[in-house]
Amino acid sequence: MNLARLGSRDFLKAVRPFVGLFVVLLLFALDAELRSVIFKGGNFKTILTQTVIVAIGAMGMTMVIVSGGIDLSAGSVVALCSVVTARMIEQGHGLAAVLTLTVLAGGLVGLANGGIITAFRMMPFIVTLGMMGIARGISKWLANNQTVNPEEPLESVNSLMDNSQSPLTFFPLPDGVWLALGLAVVMAVVLRSTVFGRYVFAIGSNEDTARLCGIRVNFNKVVIYALAGAFFGLAGVMQFSRLTQGDPSVAIGLELQIIAAVVIGGASLSGGAGSIPGSVIGAFMMACLANGSGIKDWPNYMQEIIIGVVIILAVGMDKVEPMLQRFFRHGK
Amino acid sequence: MPEDSSSNLPLPRLQIEVVSKRFGPTVALDGVSLEVGAGEVHALIGENGAGKSTLMKVLSGAHRLDAGSLTLDGRPFEPSDPLHARNCGVAMIYQELNLAPDLSVEENILLGREPATLGWISRGERRRLAKRALEEIGQTQMSLDTPIRSLTIAQQQLVEIARALVGEPRVLIMDEPTSSLTQLDTENLFCVIERMSQRGVSVIYISHFLEECQRVAGCYTVLRDGCSVGTGAMAETSLEQIIRLMVGREVDEIYPRTGRSVGEPVLELNSVAGLAKPSDVNLTLHAGEILGLFGLVGAGRTETLRAVFGLDRLAKGSVTVFSREETHSTPAKRLANGVGLLSENRKEEGLLLNRSIADNLTLTRLGAVSWLGFVSDSAQAAISGKWMARLDVKALRADQPVGELSGGNQQKIALGRLLHHDARILLLDEPTRGIDVGSKAQIYRLMYELAGQGKALVFVSSYLPELLGVCDHIGVMCRGELSKVRLVDDWSEQEIIRTAVGRAEPGEVAA
Repeated sequence: MNLARLGSRDFLKAVRPFVGLFVVLLLFALDAELRSVIFKGGNFKTILTQTVIVAIGAMGMTMVIVSGGIDLSAGSVVALCSVVTARMIEQGHGLAAVLTLTVLAGGLVGLANGGIITAFRMMPFIVTLGMMGIARGISKWLANNQTVNPEEPLESVNSLMDNSQSPLTFFPLPDGVWLALGLAVVMAVVLRSTVFGRYVFAIGSNEDTARLCGIRVNFNKVVIYALAGAFFGLAGVMQFSRLTQGDPSVAIGLELQIIAAVVIGGASLSGGAGSIPGSVIGAFMMACLANGSGIKDWPNYMQEIIIGVVIILAVGMDKVEPMLQRFFRHGK
Repeated sequence: MPEDSSSNLPLPRLQIEVVSKRFGPTVALDGVSLEVGAGEVHALIGENGAGKSTLMKVLSGAHRLDAGSLTLDGRPFEPSDPLHARNCGVAMIYQELNLAPDLSVEENILLGREPATLGWISRGERRRLAKRALEEIGQTQMSLDTPIRSLTIAQQQLVEIARALVGEPRVLIMDEPTSSLTQLDTENLFCVIERMSQRGVSVIYISHFLEECQRVAGCYTVLRDGCSVGTGAMAETSLEQIIRLMVGREVDEIYPRTGRSVGEPVLELNSVAGLAKPSDVNLTLHAGEILGLFGLVGAGRTETLRAVFGLDRLAKGSVTVFSREETHSTPAKRLANGVGLLSENRKEEGLLLNRSIADNLTLTRLGAVSWLGFVSDSAQAAISGKWMARLDVKALRADQPVGELSGGNQQKIALGRLLHHDARILLLDEPTRGIDVGSKAQIYRLMYELAGQGKALVFVSSYLPELLGVCDHIGVMCRGELSKVRLVDDWSEQEIIRTAVGRAEPGEVAA
């Protein structure tokens, strides 16, 4: 009996984000107007495309949060890298070069974050808060404080987030969606089933134990922040593709959306818990809510309130579940 | 309890009568009785785990007692929490000081007791109260505006005492107040205690250092295994008698001592010193040997192990592992060389409580269960199953979180990690702390087996019988220094305790 209870609890935890998404979609289905629009293939394609930026950011952020850290510079790095992308295209680089160099630029910012955090034993919150300002400043500097519109657009980059082809059908999906899906699978495996992934969980679960067990905590943290930065860099390319311009003042507050997605996906801000599928579902769920609100023509503030409630509900379940369990056990 | 008017004797300030306290199956206090008169300084003596801290926590309201009664000045005393106890006149000064480092001396003295009228804090009144408290302990020269951070430990302690005095306590409990003080500061503290005693404040003084107790206290009570085993006037009792009371136990029959041959030296420490502790440690550990380190809490045993393992920095000395000198190291390098450490602090450091048994067992050597960086869940489960069976771990599955296991089973997992790692030198810090007797016996047997396989073990413990029962050699640490390591048969229990409390006769240990 004990075994069954334990198994079911782990199972519940793993599927909770999916259940949350299901509930949201179910509620949408109750409304005739929403039902008639939201489940159409073309609209679903739009939702997926709108998920991409937050989802890619969430993959990096999940690693950071599972390791017990936080990265507030994510939004600024996305803006910075959208500008970097624009400047690269202006200089006539091809798709491969643009992707590689922009991702490297994001990784470099992450490397700085991780390096400062470990070298000076500073709080990730403070360091990345500072970096949030620094990266935003650099992106404005690099863009001369205005949007950067390459005169000769690079079609392959612009099409990454372009969902205007056959707008009524689900396929073909834009390349960015496929890229995000592929990365999600890879990262899910990395975090769950590699030695590095176990180290990430170990560090977030208890840094002292990780050190005791011979894990090079500082080295791994630097790798984690650098990798996360690379993901924010890639999200920056997507951000460029969405607007087809580099915008230094875009993605303000995006880091909070990304963190929300990760937390809705079951991660704990104290570290040691979280998953890539959960975070991606979290990002998707927020995009669904935004999309649904848009269809209903609800004002923006309604959408903000709803997403706020969802975050509290998602995390609150952690606390409510044991209470319910206790209640039912005593009730019997 | 009604006042006994027929008696001519003055009522004792504090009366503790047959107090019992258990935590689950563990009996922490088993009928402790003790009386403290007004203005009396009463020493509470006992080994680690004898029940001193539990008794103090009962007095300060942190724990509720299960049976027995407390009487304060003739009235029943039932503290519900530390604040209540303080308001009743029982104040406690913990070993770790509880001051706000950024606030001033004055603010700290009055913390939680700000004199106020209608929420308005009167500055003049504050200064007067704080000044008076400092005067009472003879600290007239201390500035009220200095931030606590810039004071020495000894001065901070005096502030803490002054803070306790603001509440006009009837009983003041001091837990190991001299553990971090210099000789001079200790003398100064004794003067303060005498002063308080003259003013009628009763002091319960807890210390490992018997000579201090003799110097400062009028009466003593010895606790052993949760019972009060002796009480009397300090002046009429010799330290030898007290030591005998502290020790007087029978060696349990759970140590299946086996003959072993001791091999090559594998670990040599040469005048090793850490930043704070230890100050001077020399020892040689051989293959197939179990070397015990005894000492009181804070003697520097844990710090020694941590420094050797590369967790803390070494200030001086050298460490030689398998005949290769490698003084400064990291846990990763030590593990690679086959040195493993079992943390004394299973929950805070030893284990990843929310991770699975399998992860915890294999974390230091994930390579054995992975291929090209990918961990194989099935290989991990298979190896974990093997160790769980071998160590008789009671758990449901290998992927169960370790935090759900009992203390004994958790400890077996922590030890199992060293076995999976195949460590050849095992540094075991309090491996049997807080676990049941059955698991203890299993861990002892395991230690014998490992030694029999030629592995070398350092066994740190505060429980003397197990060291005497298990070890080949024993060294005793006191205030950061290690005594000469001797064969276990060359020590007597009294000698070990005497060395640990810093009272070894000259030449005795050096012999």
